[in-house]
Amino acid sequence: MTPDILIPLLAATVQSGTPILFATLGAIFCEKSGVLNLGVEGIMAVGALAGFAVSYYTGSVWFGFLAGGLAGMLMGGVHGVVCLGFLGNQVVSGLALTILGVGLANYLGTPLIGLSASGFVPVDLPLLARIPFLGPIFFQQDPLVYVSYGVPVGMWYFFKYTRAGLRLRAAGENPDAALAAGIHSVNYRWLGVLCGGFFMGLGGAYLSLAYTHMWANHLTSGRGWIAVALVIFAFWNPLRAVAGAYLFGGVMAFQFRLQASGTHIPSSFLLMLPYVLTLSVLVFSSWKGGSSATPQALGVNIEPAD
Amino acid sequence: MFDLTIRKRQESLGWTAVLIYSGAVAMALLFSAGLLFFQGNSPIEGLSLLLEGAFGSSYAIEDCLIKAIPIYLCALGVAIAFKLQIWNIGAEGQFALGAIGATWVAITFPGHSSWVMIPSMMAAAFLCGGLWGVIPAVLKLKANANEIIVTLMLNYIAILILDYLVYGPWKSPDSFGFPMTQEFSSGAIIGKIGETNLNWGLLICLISGLVIYIFFKFTVMGFELKASGENVRAARYARFPYGRLVIISMLLSGAFAGWAGFVEASATLNRLQPTIMVGYGYTAIVVAWLARLNPFYIGISSFLLAGLRVGVENLQLELQVPAAFGEIMEGLILLTILAGTFFINYRFVRRPRP
Repeated sequence: MTPDILIPLLAATVQSGTPILFATLGAIFCEKSGVLNLGVEGIMAVGALAGFAVSYYTGSVWFGFLAGGLAGMLMGGVHGVVCLGFLGNQVVSGLALTILGVGLANYLGTPLIGLSASGFVPVDLPLLARIPFLGPIFFQQDPLVYVSYGVPVGMWYFFKYTRAGLRLRAAGENPDAALAAGIHSVNYRWLGVLCGGFFMGLGGAYLSLAYTHMWANHLTSGRGWIAVALVIFAFWNPLRAVAGAYLFGGVMAFQFRLQASGTHIPSSFLLMLPYVLTLSVLVFSSWKGGSSATPQALGVNIEPAD
Repeated sequence: MFDLTIRKRQESLGWTAVLIYSGAVAMALLFSAGLLFFQGNSPIEGLSLLLEGAFGSSYAIEDCLIKAIPIYLCALGVAIAFKLQIWNIGAEGQFALGAIGATWVAITFPGHSSWVMIPSMMAAAFLCGGLWGVIPAVLKLKANANEIIVTLMLNYIAILILDYLVYGPWKSPDSFGFPMTQEFSSGAIIGKIGETNLNWGLLICLISGLVIYIFFKFTVMGFELKASGENVRAARYARFPYGRLVIISMLLSGAFAGWAGFVEASATLNRLQPTIMVGYGYTAIVVAWLARLNPFYIGISSFLLAGLRVGVENLQLELQVPAAFGEIMEGLILLTILAGTFFINYRFVRRPRP
């Protein structure tokens, strides 16, 4: 492949990987605290709508991006109320959240279909953008992509070197032991659910604000579920999540280009690629023993003492 | 002064439970009414249009029953897997595969009598749906792959396979370019019951429900399945064949969803087309959970949630409310019931503050 084909393809890889990256990081943050949130797909949908709507009505893309995150946080809060407040089953609550979130986005978004709002546009980073090969791929992107470079590192640092990060992980590994050490695990689980939801919402907002610049029903089309699978692929490590997200970004960009090039392969099979890849990646990483990295108390509610 | 602490409830609640669940549904209705209001509609008018559209006429009730048939079959399948704590979210895909299998029989061997066609279509739907369900079971057992994600990915893949077939090799030459197969021959169509609009799929539901009830109540394997779901480790100690149970429950689970697909293709559409996928497989999860996996309650809750769909269609017609309103209500009901279950499992105890 010549550079003039490869570079745009890789740049598109980064762009289509970014929403998945945000969502995967959100899911990792939530699951590290011991709460399984299967509502990523629904939360992303709501985040995408909120981002688009706020950007449309205020004219500010950054307000839109922030609104996407806050809407995600709100949805995460619903999961928190049901699972942390009322000790509901985390799997069922997450599924309900997906049904609810996708429904809400399609319902409230109906008047916005076909409208276009101002979205993020690529901005060259000074100096870095001029690096041969890497510059056009990584540093001629929209500002949100640059934000997404910082988040995994920050999250990794948070888990590894801060007191709050350690306590959050303790809530996910062994909340009883954490309690014995004087840590109120429920509070850290709330932190996990809310911040996790925030990042999932950002992922959704990226889709409508930077990826498509418009609103359509079912904009997320399974990306939330891909993120749930990528958490396992990443062994709950924010830095490995980057690799996973760009792998999927690559397949999506490739699939899109192949379709545009007028190939004879039926489009259904091309559209299948990301899902087949998710399956293979999941099976491979589970088989390799990804479960040993699973937070030990993931999906288990903190029961009241008898 | 007193402190409130939470304790696990030992006794069962009886009628209070019904009250708690009704309260939960009322909360969900309240939120939904709020959404209608947000869109500039009168919430009371909206909710009454919903109820009237769903249960207000014999025609509407008939429509509810027709929609309840595929939901019931999918939910029954989902319940079998859930009993074993296998989270089969893949009814949607298994439904698609069942419809594909039945359609293959119907368009490959047209012109036979229904005594030949219907059983062979059912067998094909059973196999296709069932095998689509066995894939996640095998991956779970062999590679420890999370069945929730696998079944979901298989849903997306199944729908794309269906699309490929009806846009490609199976497209009827006289469909004016629309993605659909040719109409089934009369032998491949499940007939209507008497003078009503109901089809004989209802009978399949009744028999399947009864069989599954007996299976769980009176057979050894049914007991093993239930017990393993409640405590996997204990089941392994008792040397229950856990792997085989997982495979069989997923085979049955997928097969019932497959039958739902067969009924929809044969009785409702008389052909295969993409509009067959309307999310019954996801509704089935809500139904099965609300019914606490009991075949009789599944009957009731699939009728009610079918009613929700029919009612929302009426709302769509009268107030131009988007169809997604139904999904919102499904999600809300599930969430509020889930929260309400707290009051059934736990109680508050007053304890004097030291």
